[in-house]
Amino acid sequence: MNIGVLALQGAFEEHRQMLSRLGADSFEIRQERDLNADFDGLIIPGGESTVQGKLLRELNLFDKIKELITDGLPVFGTCAGLILLAKKTENDSRTHLAVMDITAVRNAYGRQLGSFYTEETFGELEKVPMTFIRAPYISEVGAGVQILARVGGNIVAARQGNRLVTAFHPELNKDVRVHKFFLENIVKSRAAQS
Amino acid sequence: MENNRFELNKNLAQMLKGGVIMDVTTPEQAKIAEAAGACAVMALERIPADIRAAGGVSRMSDPKMIKGIQNAVSIPVMAKCRIGHIAEAQILQAIEIDYIDESEVLSPADDRYHIDKTAFNVPFVCGAKDLGEALRRINEGAAMIRTKGEPGTGDVVQAVRHMRMMQSEIRRLASMSEDELFDAAKELQVPYDLALYVHKNKKLPVVNFAAGGVATPADAALMMQLGAEGVFVGSGIFKSGNPEKRAAAIVKAVTNYTDAKMLAELSEDLGEAMVGINEQEIELLMAERGK
Repeated sequence: MNIGVLALQGAFEEHRQMLSRLGADSFEIRQERDLNADFDGLIIPGGESTVQGKLLRELNLFDKIKELITDGLPVFGTCAGLILLAKKTENDSRTHLAVMDITAVRNAYGRQLGSFYTEETFGELEKVPMTFIRAPYISEVGAGVQILARVGGNIVAARQGNRLVTAFHPELNKDVRVHKFFLENIVKSRAAQS
Repeated sequence: MENNRFELNKNLAQMLKGGVIMDVTTPEQAKIAEAAGACAVMALERIPADIRAAGGVSRMSDPKMIKGIQNAVSIPVMAKCRIGHIAEAQILQAIEIDYIDESEVLSPADDRYHIDKTAFNVPFVCGAKDLGEALRRINEGAAMIRTKGEPGTGDVVQAVRHMRMMQSEIRRLASMSEDELFDAAKELQVPYDLALYVHKNKKLPVVNFAAGGVATPADAALMMQLGAEGVFVGSGIFKSGNPEKRAAAIVKAVTNYTDAKMLAELSEDLGEAMVGINEQEIELLMAERGK
């Protein structure tokens, strides 16, 4: 299993460490030629969505990545990654890859003083550590989107087919279960189909 | 279940990695920086080159000016307070700044003590020119470190010296046997547990950026190759001929810092770089403030 981690800006290294702990190979995607590799899934890390969205376009990655996701490549976006995958952002006119029927709210908890840690249920997993850093949440989901986690009534994790998003950062804690969920339930099941 | 502010504050620095933090003095500049791909902006009344030129005592910026910048952009906003100036830091926390830079660029308010940063909920970044300074600042609660460099000069030599010094001291600690660490900690004037962390992990316990004198995409790539996890650019952008283009080029250079062919393309037609001052030509070494 080989996972591409978008490494334009942000906490991509932390995702690679999680993948390595789960025995999956990974590599960094920084420019167009990196997409020539064979890979089974993509992770879009936390960081600033404005920076990653701009670099996706200017480094000629945007169309190819959007096409790969539309063709069914499993993708997991955390925090800024959630914004990049959302079809709509309530408080920002910019959209990016726009492949998931969710409406995001950027910086939904305010500035850094609003950042927090909690533990909540994620799908069938209990007490999953969730670190929210200047995080978004999801205000609305379309048909076909499964809600996987809520914190204080707000949607913080969702799945639509092969696309998974979390508003929090599972890569910042030691618990590997959310990454394992992505690899086993989404990446492996797609690999089995093809 | 706890809300450990230090952890959360370190985590925000992790999100800034691989990015460029730009000095801005107006909401318009902040918007230019955000559009060019800055991962955060540093709000200040005067950029270091102008602070240097103006002389006199340099203080925290007007909160109204900082709020104007907070309202103009959606990325994190940082601001500087003087070394040891607890009240300036409290004011910046009160306006919900995302990161405080306890900075040697401003005139120090205390020539002995830094701020006890553990007493704050907002994160601090501090400058350091070697491992001892870095670990002392972390012990005081800094959640992010940057090289001091020599701000406002457009001369990268000091940032390079500080980054190389830190990396070489990290390698030295990492190669020691554990019983040698007690003495090493004493020598570095740092707590034993921080020396032990560096020994085991071969890195600082917090994110480490380059700062001071970065003026070109090549400067930024150099600092990344020397081990910086991201770059602060101060005077280098808005003191240059074409700030938008230069800022965007530096952002891309940080992402693809090992690709010389791309760096060559990025370095083309950037207009005039800021006029630099060599370290021998300056009277005030800001890096010597706060140890």
